[in-house]
Amino acid sequence: MNNALPIQAGFVFAGVFAVLLLATLIGNHLKNKHILNPNPVINNMNARISSWWVMMMVLLFAFWFDHIGATLLFFFISLAALREFMTLIYQRRGDHNAIAACFYVLLPLQYYFVLTNWYGMFAVLIPVYAFLILPIISGLSGDTVALFERSAKIQWGAMMSIFCLSHVPAIMTLNIPEFAGRNILLLIFMIVVVQSSDVLQYIFGKLWGKTPIAPALSPNKTVVGTVGGMASATILAACLYQITPFTPFQAALIGFVMCVMGFLGGLVMSGIKRSYGVKDWGKMIHGHGGMLDRVDSICFAAPVFFHIVRYFWA
Amino acid sequence: MSNSLHWLARLIDRSLSLFVSLLTGVRPKFSGSLNFSPEKKVYYANHASHGDFVLVWISLPQKWREVVRPVAGADYWLGGKIRRFIIQQVFNALLIMRNGNDPKAITAQMTEALQNGDSLIIFPEGTRNTDDDVVLLPFKSGIYHLARENPDVQFVPIWIDNINRVLPKGKLIPVPIICDVQIGDELRLHPNESKDEFLQRARDAMLALAPKHKRDLALPQPLSKQKTQENQS
Repeated sequence: MNNALPIQAGFVFAGVFAVLLLATLIGNHLKNKHILNPNPVINNMNARISSWWVMMMVLLFAFWFDHIGATLLFFFISLAALREFMTLIYQRRGDHNAIAACFYVLLPLQYYFVLTNWYGMFAVLIPVYAFLILPIISGLSGDTVALFERSAKIQWGAMMSIFCLSHVPAIMTLNIPEFAGRNILLLIFMIVVVQSSDVLQYIFGKLWGKTPIAPALSPNKTVVGTVGGMASATILAACLYQITPFTPFQAALIGFVMCVMGFLGGLVMSGIKRSYGVKDWGKMIHGHGGMLDRVDSICFAAPVFFHIVRYFWA
Repeated sequence: MSNSLHWLARLIDRSLSLFVSLLTGVRPKFSGSLNFSPEKKVYYANHASHGDFVLVWISLPQKWREVVRPVAGADYWLGGKIRRFIIQQVFNALLIMRNGNDPKAITAQMTEALQNGDSLIIFPEGTRNTDDDVVLLPFKSGIYHLARENPDVQFVPIWIDNINRVLPKGKLIPVPIICDVQIGDELRLHPNESKDEFLQRARDAMLALAPKHKRDLALPQPLSKQKTQENQS
């Protein structure tokens, strides 16, 4: 296992840091311009930018350690996401043992399978075994009130926070001919495209967005924001084709699919929050809300990306 | 107490605080954010888990803990050497006989500690709330008697959110659910205030700190409760 990032990853990170620097300068300029009547949108944007610096540093540090670093990082991201999910949905003590199983059995096992490259178990642990075992544990607790709903919620928490997120480091286990030792680039490609899509949707929406696209689910997402954000992120994906085994057209197509999945994922997760009457999953990341608020689009995009690459390139 | 035991008590306190902080996400508040002094306060909180008093303990500024004493049942905590060491040396608890028939003696014991300048952590529900459908049990009258005996003492409502989900009664393994400790504004017994009025006011002040969707559940006869009762009949 090589212990240094491929040189192309350096270019991507340099690019991201350049954009962050520019964003920081613009943010400071706007803040100074409105120093007399502080604007909540500008404050939130600046908080987001400073959190992005921290998140990119953490990513860079983790990716330096290749497969192990990426797996460990996403293990902790999964843990934080699972925690936020369970905190919101855990209502009855009859669920205690099932939730303990998610934290202490399913989460470590799933990431163990990622680390040891055991695809068969990685693919079935949660959708098959956890699906059967979690309702058994809940049922045996003896509390039958809303048993079906409770089981479904816990299963969904495990799916989103453990199963879906574990597909990100799982990209490291794919065996792609003529791309050996550079899988981390695919991981970076996916994260950069999905997160840029989120950020660009936010920027387009704040600048030009008026008509909400799905007001019942998320009042902040607008038509212009969505279309503009996804289109520009798709172009970005095409430009990044050199760090992937894809042609520019393929990269654009895959990037587009991930943007759509990420957007729809964000909508669904926002709808779930709304059904519980909360705005954010947590307050872990300053300006962004909780961990799940930041990675909800990755939850939906990662499995799709993983399988596209696995079926057509690996 | 010998030096090494004192050192051990400090070590246990620090490691337990760190462990509970990591598990629940609750961290000490800054003393600047609390607009009252540490001495002679009665912190009263909702009670749903063994972890309750530890959560109140770690959410107070570290310096403040020197004068804070959780009130705990002697019958349980004196039952073993380790338990006894932890409750007496680590938490400096005020141990009371819960099963005794003399509530006046308990009030007197707490009054003495308060008049020494200590602060107390109490749970006015009296027992741990184990019902998923009930947000807050009715208060026992002890808190009123304590207020009447100590008109100079301020009562600080505290809402502990979610700790019953970390470690419900009867479970052994804690799960890392995110908790929250909300500290409200101090209140004291008004002159001529009746027992029921004071209990109601103290209870309302505590409930006001709970998240909204849980407050709604505390209203009399929530819909879900009615349904379960219909099903049972």
